[in-house]
Amino acid sequence: MIAEQLPILLIVIPLIAAPLCVLLGHRRAAYALALAVCWVTFGISVALLVQVQQSGPISYELGGWAVPYGIEYVVDYLSSFVMLFVSGMGAIVMTYAPTSLNRALLRSKHYLFHATYLLCLTGLLGMCITGDLFNVFVFLEISSLSTYALVSLGVTRRAPLAAFQYLVMGTIGATFILIGIGLLYQMTGTLNMADIAHRVQTVGGPRTVLVAFAFLTVGLFIKMAVFPLHSWLPNTYTYAPSVVTCFVAATAAKVSVYAFIRLIYTVFTPDFAFETLPLDTELTGLALIGIITASLTAIYQDNVKRLLAYSSIAQIGYMLLGISMANVAGLTAGIVHMFNHALIKGGLFMVVGCFAYRMGSVKLDDWRGAGKTMPYTSFAWVVGGLGLIGVPLTAGFVSKWLLLTAAVENNQWLVAGLMLVSSLLALVYVWRVVETLYFADPSEQAAAAREAPRGMLWPTYVVIGAVVVFGVWTEYSAVLAFQAASDLLEVTP
Amino acid sequence: MTPLLMIQLSLGLPLLAMLLVGLFGKFPNLREAGTLAVSSVLFWVNCNLATRVFSGERPQWSLGEMMPGFEIGFTVEPLGMLFALVASGLWIVTTVYAIGYMRSHDERNQTRFFACFAISICAAMAAAFAGNLLTLFVAYELMTIATYPLVTHHETEKAKQGGRVYLGILMSTSVAFLMLAIAWTWSVADTLEFADGGILALPHSEGKIREWQLGLLLGLFVFGIGKAALMPFHRWLPAAMVAPTPVSALLHAVAVVKVGVFSVLKVAVYVFGIDLMHDTGISDWLCYVAAATILLASLVAMTKDNLKARLAYSTVSQLAYITLGAALASAAGVIGGGMHIAMHAMGKITLFFCAGAIYVATHKTEISDMRGLGRVMPFTFGAFLIASLSIIGLPPGGGAWSKWFLALGTVESGQVVLMAALMISSLLNIAYLIPIPIRGFLPATDESSSGLREAPLMCVVPLCLTAIGSIVLFFVAPEIFGWLVPITQVTR
Amino acid sequence: MSTEQVLGLYNYWIVIFLMMTGFYIVIARKNMIKTIIGLNIFQTSVFLLYITMGKVRDGEAPIIRPDAEPDVIYSNPLPSVLMLTAIVVGIATTALALALIVRIREDYGTVEEDKILILDRES
Repeated sequence: MIAEQLPILLIVIPLIAAPLCVLLGHRRAAYALALAVCWVTFGISVALLVQVQQSGPISYELGGWAVPYGIEYVVDYLSSFVMLFVSGMGAIVMTYAPTSLNRALLRSKHYLFHATYLLCLTGLLGMCITGDLFNVFVFLEISSLSTYALVSLGVTRRAPLAAFQYLVMGTIGATFILIGIGLLYQMTGTLNMADIAHRVQTVGGPRTVLVAFAFLTVGLFIKMAVFPLHSWLPNTYTYAPSVVTCFVAATAAKVSVYAFIRLIYTVFTPDFAFETLPLDTELTGLALIGIITASLTAIYQDNVKRLLAYSSIAQIGYMLLGISMANVAGLTAGIVHMFNHALIKGGLFMVVGCFAYRMGSVKLDDWRGAGKTMPYTSFAWVVGGLGLIGVPLTAGFVSKWLLLTAAVENNQWLVAGLMLVSSLLALVYVWRVVETLYFADPSEQAAAAREAPRGMLWPTYVVIGAVVVFGVWTEYSAVLAFQAASDLLEVTP
Repeated sequence: MTPLLMIQLSLGLPLLAMLLVGLFGKFPNLREAGTLAVSSVLFWVNCNLATRVFSGERPQWSLGEMMPGFEIGFTVEPLGMLFALVASGLWIVTTVYAIGYMRSHDERNQTRFFACFAISICAAMAAAFAGNLLTLFVAYELMTIATYPLVTHHETEKAKQGGRVYLGILMSTSVAFLMLAIAWTWSVADTLEFADGGILALPHSEGKIREWQLGLLLGLFVFGIGKAALMPFHRWLPAAMVAPTPVSALLHAVAVVKVGVFSVLKVAVYVFGIDLMHDTGISDWLCYVAAATILLASLVAMTKDNLKARLAYSTVSQLAYITLGAALASAAGVIGGGMHIAMHAMGKITLFFCAGAIYVATHKTEISDMRGLGRVMPFTFGAFLIASLSIIGLPPGGGAWSKWFLALGTVESGQVVLMAALMISSLLNIAYLIPIPIRGFLPATDESSSGLREAPLMCVVPLCLTAIGSIVLFFVAPEIFGWLVPITQVTR
Repeated sequence: MSTEQVLGLYNYWIVIFLMMTGFYIVIARKNMIKTIIGLNIFQTSVFLLYITMGKVRDGEAPIIRPDAEPDVIYSNPLPSVLMLTAIVVGIATTALALALIVRIREDYGTVEEDKILILDRES
């Protein structure tokens, strides 16, 4: 009985818990509730994945309204995989949150943070699970609005400013998506994705379809922070509180990438996107330029959060490269990189949070010599950083390898070469931090610092450990991604 | 004990050593005893495995798929077995030596040192037994990462610079060239599994890749394997001299550079195949690059007054011998190259042990200051002389045999110029190695060496052992030849 | 395309005009309040786009009356309903934006983006 209702529970539980947190109004009670809900959500995601693996995709009709009139929730390999790591990162970051928050927020306001966080989680999961295009917009806005609010919680006065800029960009993006949905609805008279896919005339159809696709693509580009529409991202990641950055960096952009994959592979067809329209060349070009420029910019950053932010822009490029290849190998690489990058970047931002907690700064200069006073945190950076570079035995290698072989298989030698070069750029910016941590005389802050509190260190190590585990054992990363990709391209694995 | 268990033990024991080191970090004696015990067991296991492998068995172990379609698997063949024997055997003596060296220097972070050392050995074992290119690559990169903390052990500005060059060159070559080469191989051959006679010579790959592309691919491989230190990607080796001497021993003899040249041989034999290289002539250019490296590095070595720097360039030169062996694309060349892994390892480790012992006992690093030291440190300088003979290729050093086979290889492929290069290089070797012990045994000109004594026992015993080893290898060489012959014979 | 056709699409012209006006304000104005006004105009244009697309020629308001004739044509109610949601989202966005502007003004003493930029550079 409950097993059948899991898709809706996944959304409803955090959605209801959010106002409950506000009503509770008590820091510890609200936290306990939020934490429990996050882990329950994760549990449900796991259960859904198991169901999908056992008995194939699940279609859930909301309120019993028949598809395509009612809203449909679809759980297939791709969506369950994305929900798995979104809820997983949500739960682990929530576990990590309370200690870190003490530095960012008055204790009396913590419950509001928890409520907003749950809303954000709801929105992200909703975007993954829903099979209804307008619903995607609604959930997108739920997650975006709560993200703007979360970002503005940062300690410096630049945080609200960054949130505002993000809000303006984000709203433009969301409105573009809304226009696109409207035009599609006009053409097909339905909002259900599968139904649209069925009805939309991709070959020789009216120009409106093209316009709709363009609006949706540009809107999602803003949300994904694809170069050159990435301007909101560095400030947002830099000035948001560490916890928020961990969560947002690990999940938000990935979910938009997910929506983009759905758009191309489920609503439209890869033929339409890549043959009728030259989106693949465009994507490859933007991705490569983005990867190289963002990586180069990252090298020159003094603020570690900003450094990682630019690295995130570069990493989005890898996912786009995979998506633009339109074959199982490339798509697998793109999808698995969503997962791996969520782990790696989430983990690294958690490490940054640990440093910031003890040293009160995210300036690289203030971190000098912290390797001596905070050995465990520093080591976590090294491991996470190796993952970012894509060294074997880390998750980053798996995605890099898959992307490389996919590119070579497609005879895209330029892509393969530039991709490898860019991972050397990653080596430079990661190692700059490593050298600062280990080879410099301690700065004032670093000398006074102690190892990060356990409440932060443990969750960090869980994520960093996962980076290593999923670099060796890919049963639940690459294999799932492979199945998802085969599913999308309707190839039997 | 089944061969499967032996492979598992070979890979697992170094990790066990790492755990023990971490566990007993606070008790140095227990910690080192753990490493010694484990390394001895490892050597014993490898010896057992060797008897099987050299009698024709090819035990395998598959760890399963790392990613869809890409497996991590191990297959033990004679070349890898020889390398594993060298690495595990030298691990024991290096550990003994490291204990003496590190303690008499009161080095910090010894636990980290021994732990990283153990991981490097694990990586060496994994590389030696690798059954496919992906596994080899993973092991190769693991070793780069694990040795970085060793190279930068002192955590000084100089160590940082050295580490930067070390990591920078090894990482960028492996990522930019080697990874690309492996992916390319995969796209051509649809497999990464090492095959007798070469993956690219399999019928499946025929016609999929043109000749000039094969040459390019070979270039990506040999330059991608930066650990083989082929010029112009050799700078990391001298840069890594900032590390403590036991690390230099690890780099130059036990594991790191040996993984490099071993990979080159492995690629030549099992990816391209000797016959394919011979028939197409794609490796001709490589012969000349290798020969140039041999001569240039020898010349550079002559100009160095710092003992470790001179030895480092000597290593660059000697490694190019092995690459040359691979590039000659003949049975004798490959066998000579494989044999030279063992010979050079034994000889060069002795030389580095000596350099370290001299430093421990006298704190001297420059060759010009070493006059007369041999009289107070007779064992050290005696060992140095023996090891030098082996490196030069004079009996009774083991190196005589490997160089003999390499020369034979040049004759087999009709490259008289290369033969001449080898001869000249041997003369150069004499010129830069022999003066050191001679200077040592000359009477001291000043009183600076008075009051000096031989290095601690823990340092002297290992270097005497390895010096004797160099001589023993001279007599074992025919055996090694017999072990390596099967890799050059394709049965298909 | 004849003049009649062009004029017949007047609702789209209005939508496009509003959309571009709003978009221009968002891009060009440095005053944050004005940016938000522009954003609102931009969103409003989309509301209109949806609502006009729901209109069916000769269609009645989609309310089923018991005395209605059987062949009566109704307008499509769905776009209007969707826009109810979108309006709520728009209000939430505006409210949040205004709240942020209040905080920015508290911190910087201005809502002009270029002045804030100068202030940030100085600090």
